[in-house]
Amino acid sequence: MIELRNIEKSYGEKKVLSQISLTIRQGEMAALIGANGAGKSTLLKIISGALPAQGKALIQGRKIRSMAAARRAGIIAVVPQEIPSTTPLRGYEFVMLGRTHRLPRFGAPGAADREAVERAMASTGTAAFKHRFLSDMSGGERQRLAVAIAFAAEPRIILLDEATSHLDLNHRVEIMQLLRAMNRDQGVTILMAVHDLMLASRFFDRLILLQEGKIIQDAAPQAVLTEDILAGAYGCRIRTIQLPDELGTCVVPI
Amino acid sequence: MLGDDFMQRKIMMTRKRYLLLAAALIFVAVLALSLMLGSTGFGLPDIRTGTGRALLDLRASRIAAGLLVGAALSVAGCVLQTVLRNPLAEPYILGVSSGASVGTAIVMASGLAALYPLLLPLGSFTVAIITVVLIISIAQRAGGSHMPQNLILTGVVTGSVLSSVLMLIITFAGTHTVRSITWWLLGNLQCGSWEMLAICGVPIMLSILYLTAQANKLNALLLGHENAHNLGVNTALTIPLLISVATLMTACAVALSGIIGFAGLIVPHILRRRFGSNHCFLLPGSALAGGLFLLLCDTLGRSCLPPHEIPVGVITALSGGPFFLYLLTRKQQ
Repeated sequence: MIELRNIEKSYGEKKVLSQISLTIRQGEMAALIGANGAGKSTLLKIISGALPAQGKALIQGRKIRSMAAARRAGIIAVVPQEIPSTTPLRGYEFVMLGRTHRLPRFGAPGAADREAVERAMASTGTAAFKHRFLSDMSGGERQRLAVAIAFAAEPRIILLDEATSHLDLNHRVEIMQLLRAMNRDQGVTILMAVHDLMLASRFFDRLILLQEGKIIQDAAPQAVLTEDILAGAYGCRIRTIQLPDELGTCVVPI
Repeated sequence: MLGDDFMQRKIMMTRKRYLLLAAALIFVAVLALSLMLGSTGFGLPDIRTGTGRALLDLRASRIAAGLLVGAALSVAGCVLQTVLRNPLAEPYILGVSSGASVGTAIVMASGLAALYPLLLPLGSFTVAIITVVLIISIAQRAGGSHMPQNLILTGVVTGSVLSSVLMLIITFAGTHTVRSITWWLLGNLQCGSWEMLAICGVPIMLSILYLTAQANKLNALLLGHENAHNLGVNTALTIPLLISVATLMTACAVALSGIIGFAGLIVPHILRRRFGSNHCFLLPGSALAGGLFLLLCDTLGRSCLPPHEIPVGVITALSGGPFFLYLLTRKQQ
């Protein structure tokens, strides 16, 4: 469970997050939405323990910043926005990084590590990239490997920062379906910063809308994705169309 | 797909086996060459005579020093490049070697080195670690230590200042001390005694062992400090520790053989380009290849212009300087 109480964060004079209180129960699938600079990435960094902040950030009832690094990585996996193209590793070595907190100090990775990496690569459709260097891959291929790292870690919570933005439609849906399956079958909590509101409405049960560092809406997609609320948050006129067969809401700026 | 994977794995395993075999053969060849080649000509010294035995002992200690110092500088360079996320980071270019040399020179000039040899690496490490902290903090204030130009410029300027401090120490030192400091400064593997080799060699070997145990964390650091944190690395503790251990190795290498530049740049770069950056292989590979590289440079230095002996630091600078400039221009492009 993720629990935030009165989180405040400033960069110098500029306040980026203000009075954030939020509880995400184990097994939930929630999306952080909002305009650029609303504070989505900063909030994810605070939850992952990468950034200090005022207030309390708790994971499974414990302060995230005082948890041992290896224990924390066993609970939370983070998929970043982008992986540098200069990363000088092959696909298999790269995904093995997801097991860093479990690997032995000396010697080769154990059978459990190898199996977890093989499974993660197979499920993300990256098995063919094992021996290729990341520098020889496209942005989308690298991003799928970044998702594979999170899967290989076998965590209880996955945080994703715009992780599907570099993927084409097909792979975007594939990764989202995988995350959905992990969430449904293994009870993994998913929290993702998303810009694509149609994707958010189709795959997430809960949308948390941020505006200028504050939570202004926190509810089911149908309740958040209304023309009035979105126009206020994004500062432009928006038309929404409800799609049939649980395909979510189509959001069109005018 | 599975068949392709199996075939690729088989090809890689076969390549690795050939590579290991080639490395073992090169190691034996360089060792033999280094033992037999010298300013007195080619061939094993006659161990039936006192002079021959002394010559053999001299060459053996040089081989040990070459392997140790080369391994230390290459592994330290490799670690600094990863941790500082800077492909041009290297103990000599960063000014760490200059800091270590000031520490060693202070101990030599004070006359304490002969009484307490342990003070040489200790003095070297103390000034080197102060230098590292200073360089990183200045580079960070100038806009980030991960930017090659910031770190390199700060290192070069700090190195120049420290060279002046060294000159100052030499100015005030006695005639005998000046000669020994100057000869040592040129960078040579004639370290004097097996005792000194042990004093500096043990920390170097323990450091290599420690860093090899941190290979997985170093792999995670390739993705940057924040991603490494997310992967379970305690970056606040690990990064200063890795930098300190790399500095300790450099300090011991400098105390043993003076300033030998560019060994920490050339070897890791060639290995990274050829085999990738998995530190599980890169660190032991750098230790082995670094040792062999320095041994080869030393053998070349003491046999190419007999009866003169060119210090190994001169050979590495002559080959490493152009290599550094090549990397710098390639980076700019």
